[in-house]
Parts: sequence; structure tokens; C-alpha cells
Amino acid sequence: MKIIVAIKQVPARDSQLRIAPSAKWIAEDDLTYEINEPDAYALEEGLQLKEKHGGEVVALCAGPPRAAQTIREALAKGADRAIHIEEEDMGAFDPLGAAKLLAAALRSESPDLILTGLQSDDLGYGQTGVILAELLGLPHATIIMKVEKRDGGILVKRELEDGWFQHVEMPLPALLTIQSGASKLRYATLMGIKKAKTKEIRRLRAAELGAAAGSPSITIERIYLPQRTKQTQLFEGSPKEAAAKLVEKLKFEARVI
Amino acid sequence: MSILAVLEHSGSAWHRMSWETLAAAQQIARELDTTASAAFVRPGGHGFADELARKQLEKVYLVDHELLNGYTPDGYAIALRQLIDRAAPRLVLFSHTYQVRDFLPKLATSLGKVAVTDVVAHRVDNGQVVLVRQLFQGKVNVDVRFAADGPNFASLQAGAYRADRVADGSAAVEVVRPQLSAGEIRTKPLELFRESQRAVDLTAAEIIVSVGRGIKESDNLPLVQKLADVLGAELAASRPICDAGWLPMERQVGSSGQTVAPKMYMAIGISGAIQHLVGMKGSRIIVAINKDPNAPIFEVADYGIVGDLFQVVPELIDAIQKSK
Repeated sequence: MKIIVAIKQVPARDSQLRIAPSAKWIAEDDLTYEINEPDAYALEEGLQLKEKHGGEVVALCAGPPRAAQTIREALAKGADRAIHIEEEDMGAFDPLGAAKLLAAALRSESPDLILTGLQSDDLGYGQTGVILAELLGLPHATIIMKVEKRDGGILVKRELEDGWFQHVEMPLPALLTIQSGASKLRYATLMGIKKAKTKEIRRLRAAELGAAAGSPSITIERIYLPQRTKQTQLFEGSPKEAAAKLVEKLKFEARVI
Repeated sequence: MSILAVLEHSGSAWHRMSWETLAAAQQIARELDTTASAAFVRPGGHGFADELARKQLEKVYLVDHELLNGYTPDGYAIALRQLIDRAAPRLVLFSHTYQVRDFLPKLATSLGKVAVTDVVAHRVDNGQVVLVRQLFQGKVNVDVRFAADGPNFASLQAGAYRADRVADGSAAVEVVRPQLSAGEIRTKPLELFRESQRAVDLTAAEIIVSVGRGIKESDNLPLVQKLADVLGAELAASRPICDAGWLPMERQVGSSGQTVAPKMYMAIGISGAIQHLVGMKGSRIIVAINKDPNAPIFEVADYGIVGDLFQVVPELIDAIQKSK
């Protein structure tokens, strides 16, 4: 099975975010980056499928040169090779524009299966995978917990709301977005890190792919820190003092204990 | 050029978010001086259409085709595209449900559009709709505009609009029969199922102590269990804790777990990603303990302590015991 895993590099989860002066994005200068966590689960699923059925796992990533670090980590975990669409200004692409880049890079690949995380931790549109499927004319399923290979296709376990699940049969090639937490993430081994250095990273530029940002159909007007909808009473002082004040409020003001 | 609300029906009941989306469509229509209509897919759903016909809407579209028995993204995207061509709405609103997340990006892409997903609010500026959504798991807000004329697409976050604001009135029902063939539907959905019977009913708990990533290791769980015990509370968790197998799935609160509204919800080391907040923000009193002062959980919290839970929780247990 030839499996493409689309991954994204995003600011680390515990980053302290500041708004850039332009108010169009966050200030990036002192951020550290990591793989979008949902995409790490997609990669894990891809690697497990390869271990079971053989084939190849190719990591696909659109992002600035710094994304190479995240790509190397995917290679160190076991991806066989990677495609890096180098683009400094991904902010100029809306989800459709970004998916067009990925689709263009896949034209010569004809994979059996494309996997990605169910959403990104930064923009959180939760759309790139499904848009990519539509652009490539592939069937898709989202929020997938489990993938089983069947004759002529796959059987996937989809998560629904309120604790419900559903199995879906589908033909290959197909695209799936993978639910986070469905399996345990592996760490890169020392051997894997060593091997990653010799693996191929094909670098493409957005312009070469003939998929420029064009005119986005949605535009970011302004980003800002949310205003609190509730007035939170914060208790300061030592842990002991803060805890005592909180308990007093819960007992005499909120009357819940 | 009206506003179209696409509602979700399971076959036995409306999705709880459908009325919120209907209320939003009515409100935005009023602000733009246009009308709202509603649509839903449900073969043979005439009774449900009659219920909508008593709301303040221009039209109720019932999308009816036997191939739409059982949800598929192909079937829904093809059928709704034909409906949109016919109704020519300016803005199409959806609830941000798992099903909508599955087919809306496909539908919008087929029309060369991008849907603005998981919207929390809106405003009307010079006759244009500006939508507010969240970035970085709720830490940052963004105002988004559509760059071109409709039809444009948006999905609304659970709880962003109030279901009880739906205005009554009357509407004509129109049955829409899309052109759809079995060969166009490439996936085959099987029966729905649940993994296990739930032994714990979090929805019945008066006090819930809930734990998140901040607890770091399963070995640290007895600390929050002790806090739950002194409060007479049920122990719950955010998704990562249940995914890791540290607590059973039935104790998970959030969009993929249970929705709770206890007298008090105490969130320990939970940052408050959207998926968690939608499952607990209806709680009467929310208490948050988190080391990150910018964690979104503090936006819904009534009381909070910014600090290391490993220092704060033992003191809290002590203070509660002394107060009794």
C-alpha cells in the first residue's frame, strides 16, 4: 500500500501567544514548533498499516523551510521519504488554496491511501483533508479510529457524537482523517534518526506547482485575544492562601460545598 | 438572496444544535433585512417538515431521496449542492456537528468556496457578515470575511446561539428530489454501535472534578481522586486522559464524550480546548486550576487559581477538609 500522510508544522501546544503588530497573525519570532498533534496520529496509523501490509509511507508537508525539522522527525519515526512544498507565506492560502498545493504535489504519486489529522491545532478549520479528497476526486471518511484492509478496499471505524461509532466500507484509493488518541504514538529510535538523514526529501515550490495562493475566498480581517465572557475571580498568594480563599468563596458565595 | 439554515435530523429527533442554527439564521436574516429558510435531508420526513413550517421562515426544504437513507458524504454533498443551486441563498448556515464536518468542506469545494467552520459569533458591518472563530484551540479569536458573493458557507459552534430564540411563524414546505444515482455514492455506511454500556452517569453528578493533561502521569491521578472524594464528586477527564487509558472513556467530558451541567465543575490541569468546553460550559459554577493564565478554561471559569496543580490541589484538599 502506498500511503501519503499530510502533516503540518504548528506552534508548540504550550506556546504563550502574542498578536503580531499587523493583527493578521501571531508574532512568530520566539516560538518553537512541532508536528500538529492530530497529524502525528495520522502518521502513526500510516506506519502501522505499512507494517501490516507492506508498501511505502510518504510524508507530505506544505510550509516554510523551518518545517523541514518536522519532516525529518516523520522520517525518523519511519516514513520512507517526504515531499516538502516550500512556501514562506502559508498565511496567504486559505484551506482551499493549501489543499490545492497538496493536490498538485500528489499528481505524480497516485497513492492508495491519503491520511491526515482531523484538524490543525493552529487554524482549526478541520477541512484540509476533505477538500483534498474532493480536489482529487477520492471518497473520504473523517474522524477515523481504525482502518482494516479488505478485498478491494477498506473498512474504517468512524467516531460519531455521544459515544456512538459506525463502520464504513469504502474502495481505495481514499482519504481518511484520523482521530487523535486512536493509538499510541511511537518515538523515533536512534537508528531511525540516523536513517532519516539519508532519506529523500523532495522540495517543491508553490510557484512550480502552478497553484499560487490566487484570490482566497475567505479573508482574515483581524486576530485578537478573546475578551472574557465571564468575570473570573482569581485567587492569588501562596498555594495555601489561594486554596483557602477559593474554599471560602465556594462555601459562602457560590454555596456549592 | 436569503439565509439558509441546513438542519440535522437523526430520523428520530432533531440534532440538539439544529435549533441554535435556526435561531442564528433568523437573527442574521433580520440584521441583513432578508428572509431565512431551512432545509434538511430526511427521506419521508414530512412530519418533521411540518414542525419547521410553524417557524418564522420563508421556506422549508425537505430533501427527499431513498439513497439518502443513511448518511454518506457523497449523497449529502450532491443533494445539497442541487438544493443550493435552486434556492440560491446568500449564506448557508450549518451546525458544527461531526456529520457537517464530514461533508461541508466537500460541498463548499464543489462550488469553489471555503466554509468558515466552528463560528462562535458574528456581526454585520456595512451589509456584510463578519464571522468570529477561534484559533489555537481557543486562545486567539479571528474575524473572517467572505471575499466574494454567495453562496457562502459557515458552521456554528455548539452553544454559540440560543435555541430558545427561534421565532414562530409559518412557512411553505417544498419537497426537493435531487438527481442522485447509486453509482455516485462510493462509501457504504454500516450500523451504528456503542462500545460498552455506560456504568457511570456523569450527567447525574452534582459535583464533578475533571482532570486534564496537566496531571502529566497516571501515577498522579490519586491526587485528583482524593479531591473528588473529599467533595463527594464524580471524577471525569478531558479526552487525552481517556485516550491514554488512564481513565475509562465513559468518564470523558466533551464533544466526543458526555455533556454535563453540574452544580460545580472543577477543571484541574485542563486548558479548555473547544471540544472540552462544549461539554461542560453549562455548569453552574466552574472552577479552574491551571498554570497557564491564558488557558481558555479561564474564559468560562467563575473562580480560578493560576498555579501548579501539584502544589494547589493538596492545599485545596486540606482546606476543604478543614471547612467541614
